[in-house]
Formats: sequence, structure tokens, C-alpha cells
Amino acid sequence: MRIMAQVGMVMNLDKCIGCHTCSVTCKQAWTNRAGTEYVWFNNVETRPGLGYPRRYEDQDKWRGGWVRTKSGGLKLRSGGRFAKLLSIFASPVQPELNDYYEPWTYDYANLISAPLGDDFPVARPKSLITGEDTAITWSANWDDSLGGVYATGSTDPIIEKLRDEANEKIKFEYEKSFMFFLPRICEHCLNPSCMASCPSGAIYKRAEDGIVLVDQDRCRGWRQCITGCPYKKMYFNHRSGKAEKCTFCYPRVEVGLPTVCSETCVGRLRYLGIVFYDADKVLEAASAPDDELYESQLDLLLDPHDPQVVAAAQAAGMPADWITAAQRSPIYALIKHFKVALPLHPEYRTMPMVWYIPPLSPVTDLLKDQGHDAEAAGNLFGAIDALRIPVSYLAELFTAGDTSIVTGVLQKLAAMRSYMRGVTLGTGRDPELAAAVGMTPEAMEQMYRLLAIAKYDERYVIPKAHREEAHGLEELACSLDFEGGPGMYESGPFGEASGRPVPVAIETYSALKARQQAEEAASSDQLHHRAGMLNWDANEDAKP
Amino acid sequence: MNALDIMLWGVLPYVVALVLVAGTIWRYKYDQFGWTTRSSQLYESRLLRVASPMFHYGLFVVLMGHLMGLLIPKAWTDLVVSQEGYHAVALGAGTVAGVATLVGIGLLIYRRRTTGPVFLATTRNDKLMYVILVAAIVLGIVATLTGDHTPTGEHHNYRETVSIWFRSLLIFQPDVEAMAASTWQFKVHILMGFALIALIPFSRLVHAFTVPLHYLFRPYVVYRSRDDAPAAPSHGRVRGWDPIGTKDRERTKP
Repeated sequence: MRIMAQVGMVMNLDKCIGCHTCSVTCKQAWTNRAGTEYVWFNNVETRPGLGYPRRYEDQDKWRGGWVRTKSGGLKLRSGGRFAKLLSIFASPVQPELNDYYEPWTYDYANLISAPLGDDFPVARPKSLITGEDTAITWSANWDDSLGGVYATGSTDPIIEKLRDEANEKIKFEYEKSFMFFLPRICEHCLNPSCMASCPSGAIYKRAEDGIVLVDQDRCRGWRQCITGCPYKKMYFNHRSGKAEKCTFCYPRVEVGLPTVCSETCVGRLRYLGIVFYDADKVLEAASAPDDELYESQLDLLLDPHDPQVVAAAQAAGMPADWITAAQRSPIYALIKHFKVALPLHPEYRTMPMVWYIPPLSPVTDLLKDQGHDAEAAGNLFGAIDALRIPVSYLAELFTAGDTSIVTGVLQKLAAMRSYMRGVTLGTGRDPELAAAVGMTPEAMEQMYRLLAIAKYDERYVIPKAHREEAHGLEELACSLDFEGGPGMYESGPFGEASGRPVPVAIETYSALKARQQAEEAASSDQLHHRAGMLNWDANEDAKP
Repeated sequence: MNALDIMLWGVLPYVVALVLVAGTIWRYKYDQFGWTTRSSQLYESRLLRVASPMFHYGLFVVLMGHLMGLLIPKAWTDLVVSQEGYHAVALGAGTVAGVATLVGIGLLIYRRRTTGPVFLATTRNDKLMYVILVAAIVLGIVATLTGDHTPTGEHHNYRETVSIWFRSLLIFQPDVEAMAASTWQFKVHILMGFALIALIPFSRLVHAFTVPLHYLFRPYVVYRSRDDAPAAPSHGRVRGWDPIGTKDRERTKP
């Protein structure tokens, strides 16, 4: 057994209101740079909908992820190593900018600089790629909240599949429509196909916390990872010519802070924590037959309360606070203890580590409208099969088509509502209700606390990285973000993007404050030989 | 043998080789981040999908042809195949590969010029590189097709001049006279080749040196330990990022 830790996320879709705050704050933090205008490490999709980039789930076209061979092995859907090297000069199935969208801004200056005239001045949209006037025809969330679904809804790859397979009628008439939001980040997979596709070996999984990163120095821009990732969460920076992806905000996670998307989530729907898994079993679990994928992925995650697992973790040199954090992990609880969180598209066989609690909410409205007691247990259970969001649609997203697993999860959530209703109204705790979904009353209340009360320190259990001693001062160090602005120097002699990247190292506020108030000016050593406004020190002026 | 010949065929080759090796080492140490293909496939894919493989595979065959013609002595091939036979095969394969390369890069340049975003992402460095690369290819084809006769009408076989000179360079005994006896077509082609080779470390052409052959042998999943320390800036140069809306070839000044 090779025990490893993985940070992961669970999102409770019932709580997502589609406000895109996560997307916006993430963009501000990570991709507000030239070359990444179209890049959304975090995006929120309306389902049913096309997703971003459009129809990324259509793997017959985009060829992402893994497929199981007849002999039970795994191979990349886009082809083996030789095929990849031979097609290196022009990636056969790379999405173009049109499959994302052409980023734009508006000519705001015209509003105040236009000469006096009869016409009201307008701010024309300008392409951020060409700088020319542009017609806006698509964006990262063009079909937000079912906008234009009448035209685009039937091209949702999952809707297409359901129609093909069961000839099921999914309605887009207003009264019969359904929708929910699906926030997506990089899945930080245990068996990442982007990594397997990278000819340069620049993409790596951090041994300590499992975060998948792109080594910007080693990436040569062969673009195979973009094809390889079935979630299309690999992006090409067209300015630097390198691949970029969600970093799980590792500089924040290392110091115990939640990711920007989690921290700013209005609905507080994201849970962060670590899980232990057996790295030697990943390939085997990823090669399971389709109908066993969910189970095999659950089996991969180790129970942190199991004394054997704890002993193995200790033997592997896992720090004690990491073991404690794994035991307190909210994502382990939701994924494996309560079994209410499900992986996104397990059939891609990448073993994703961002899981989702499927949405339940429309069912209560439906029942109420029909004159039923919406939260009475019997009504709720019966209604799950008649949900507005078809269980089969959720199953295509989360369980490779197995509706019984999704139904089980929804029943647990419904039972929890009904059970807690009894508690709130004083009609008593109904242990039968808990038993009906295979849970104890205590577990039901624990789950309620985690899902509904959702305290900050219970949602985010993030152990700090162990390098405090040497680098207590450093708070941030990121290879995508560079010290810039006032302290920036000219580019290298090769034009674009030349020169060696220098990671940002922003000190903690307390260290800066201490230095500024010190009797003597900070030495160059204390400043780590850095220059620039970020590290500017008023005490500098005191130097003789 | 005059001083110019000695400079061009006795000294310059070593200067170019030095620039290539030292420049590449320097760039590798100094500019890992800029070491990329700078692909423009995101902007345009239809033409690229035809033109890029055509150019690259054509170029690969052309390179092989160069190595064969320059490294294998005529005396060796004479044992196996007649001069006429060798020449016919070389001319046939070489012309096919040369034309594929030329058409490929022609399409690529057409695409670069006519596709707005691709043209906007073209730096001056790129333009210089394209001029020299195309010139080298065209001059190579000219040399192949017309360089087999001296101006006085004598027959000229590059394998008895250029190849001997090239091999003499490898043992550091430059046979300047052999090269000086070649035709002007070959001389100009070689000089343009020198320019191209000297440019490699300082242009996007460096990507050729990191052909990822190790991909065939590495494990699929790469685990790497977190860096012990965030790398502190070790020198004065700081490469900043530019705000959204900055053109690909532009750079905002501090």
C-alpha cells in the first residue's frame, strides 16, 4: 500500500444559485492576464446546456479521457504515445477559439471622448484578440439559466444521448423546463489523462497534496493535454504559448486557506478537505467495468479512522495534523461516509476529485404545487422518480448512467429534510425514516449539520503544508502569477514571454509590518533580494 | 584560396557552431519559459492541420537527405549504386520533400498573413526567422536544380566538394579549397544555412531541440514533490504579466 493524501472538493448543487461569484473571483485572482482572456479555471454551467467549451462532453468528437480496452486495460481515447507524437505538429482535435468564444471588451473611452452630436455615443464591443470591432456571438455562459435553450438545448450531449438511448422526451417548454447549475473547476484527478497526454512531462501531481499543476518552465506548448482532458479544463495561453489550468489555489491551500472560489462562494456550497488513497490501486480502480466505476472509486479512498490506515500513514511519514485533518475531512464524510457526493463523469476514468451532491430542490416545489405536503416522507420518496430534473440526466453526469445510485442519494437528502422537519416542528425524531435510507438518526443529524449548518471550519478542513520553519514568511508562491506592475522590467531579447519566470513571494502582513517598524532598515537579505512595490519598505528611506 | 574563402569556409562554420551551442545552452538556462512552439492553433486550425505536418515531415526528410549526402562519402555509395542511380534517387526524393516543405511553409505563411489573430501574434523575430528559413529552402532547391554545372559549363558534384569540406570540418581540418571549388548556388545556400543555424537559439526554432521523445518511455502519471521553497528571484530580471487586452506581440512598459 502506497498511501497518499489528496485535497479535494465537494459541491452541494442544491445550494448553487448560479451567481458566478466563484468564476469572477477566480478570474481576478488567476486569469486576468493577456493571453488568458478566454480562460475560466472556474466556470458555472447551466444544465441542461452546452457547457464550456461548447459540447465538451462529446468525447466522440473531442476524444478526452481514457477508454477501457477489451482486455480490461486503459488507453487514452486520443491515441497511444506514438500516435500522439506523430500528430504533434497539428493536434487533430484541439478546440479552437470559436469553440470557446472570442473575448471582448467595450470601447468605453468613446462614451466620454465622442464629439458632441445628435447621436448618443455607444461603447462598441472590441475583440480582445484582434482589437477590431466584433459581434458578440458566444461567451463562457451564453446559455446561462436556459437562455436560448429552445435553440441549443437539444444539442446538449447528455440530452442527445438520453434521446438516443431511451427515446425519452425532455421538455424545453417553459412550464416543463428544468435546470440546475454546475460549477466546474479542474478535477485534480487521481489518474489524469492530461498528464498522460503531455509529451514533455510538464504536468505533474504533487506528491504531498495531489494538486495537479503545469510546470511552466517545462511546458513546450505541444497542446496534447487540451485534447487529453475530457473536462476541457486545460487551457492554452495564446500569449505565452503554454498550457495553464486551475491550481486549486495552492498558495492559499498551503497556508490553510480555502480556495478563492470556495472562500467567495455566496451559497457556501463548497467543501474542502483531504482524503487518503492507495496510489498503487489507482490504475486498477480506473480500469473497472462501467457499472462498477463509482464503487471502485469509493474503494480507492481509505478510511482514515481505520487503525491500519493510520499506521500506514504514519509509516509513510504523513504528519500527525494531516492524519487528523483526514479524519475530520468533510469531503470524506460526504463522499464515503454518508455517500451523498458523486464524481463528475466517472466514465472518463480519470478518477476526478471534485465531487457533487446532486440537486433535489425542484421536487418539493412540484409537490407543493400539486397540493401535496411537500416534505412528508412518503410523498418525497415517490416523487423522486418523477423529478423535473430527470434522474437519468443526473445519472449521465455523475454515475455513468446508473440511476439507482442517484436515486439513493436523492432519497437520503429527501429523508433528511423530512426527518429534520419532524425535529423542527416537534413531531419527534423518526428513526424509521432514517432506517429507510440505511442511516441512523445520529448520522442523519450529523449530515444535516454538515449540509445545512455548514460552519466555516467544518466546511474547510485544510492542513497546512509543512515548511513553516524555513519559509514562515512566505505566504504566496505561484508560478502563473508574476511580480509585475511597478517593478516590472523589459522583456527578454526574444520578444514574447522570454526570460525566466520569477514566482511571486508576498510576505505576510505581519512580517511586513514588523519590518517597517523595525529600528533599522531592512537588509537585502531580509527582503529576499526582491524589488518592487509589493515589497517596498518605508524604512528604506531611513537608510543613510 | 583567398582570405575571404578562409573566413567563410574555414572560420565562419566554427563561429556558427559556437553560436548554436553556446546560444542554446544559454537560452536553456536563462529562458525556459520562452522555450515553446508558440502554437497558433487556437486561432486557426483548418489550414494548420494540412500545412504544419506537411512542412515538418518534409523538413525531416530534407534533413535526413542532407545528413546522407554530407556524411556518407561518395566512394562508399559507389560500391552499392552508380552515381547516376544515386543522383536520380536523391534528386527525386529530395525534390518531393523540398517541394512539400516549401508548399507547407508557403501555406503557413499565407495563413499567418491572412488570419488576423495569427498575424497579430507574429513578432519581428518570427518574421526574420521566416525570411531566412524560406530563403534557405529556396536556395537549397536552386542549388539542387542548377548547381550541378559551373558557369564555365563543367560538371560539378557537390559530393566531391561540399561534402568533403563538411566532413573535414568535423575533424577540425577544414578543406577550404574543396568548398571554394563549389558553385555559387551551393555557397549562397550554405551561407543562408549558417544564418538559419545561428538564429535557432534565439528564435522559436529552439522547440526542435526539445522533441519529446522521452514521452515514449515515461510513466503516464508524474508525481513530483512540492518545491521545498518558493524560488526566490536570483537576478534582477523580472518578467511581468500584461493586462488583458495587450496584443500578443506587444508588451506594456513599466
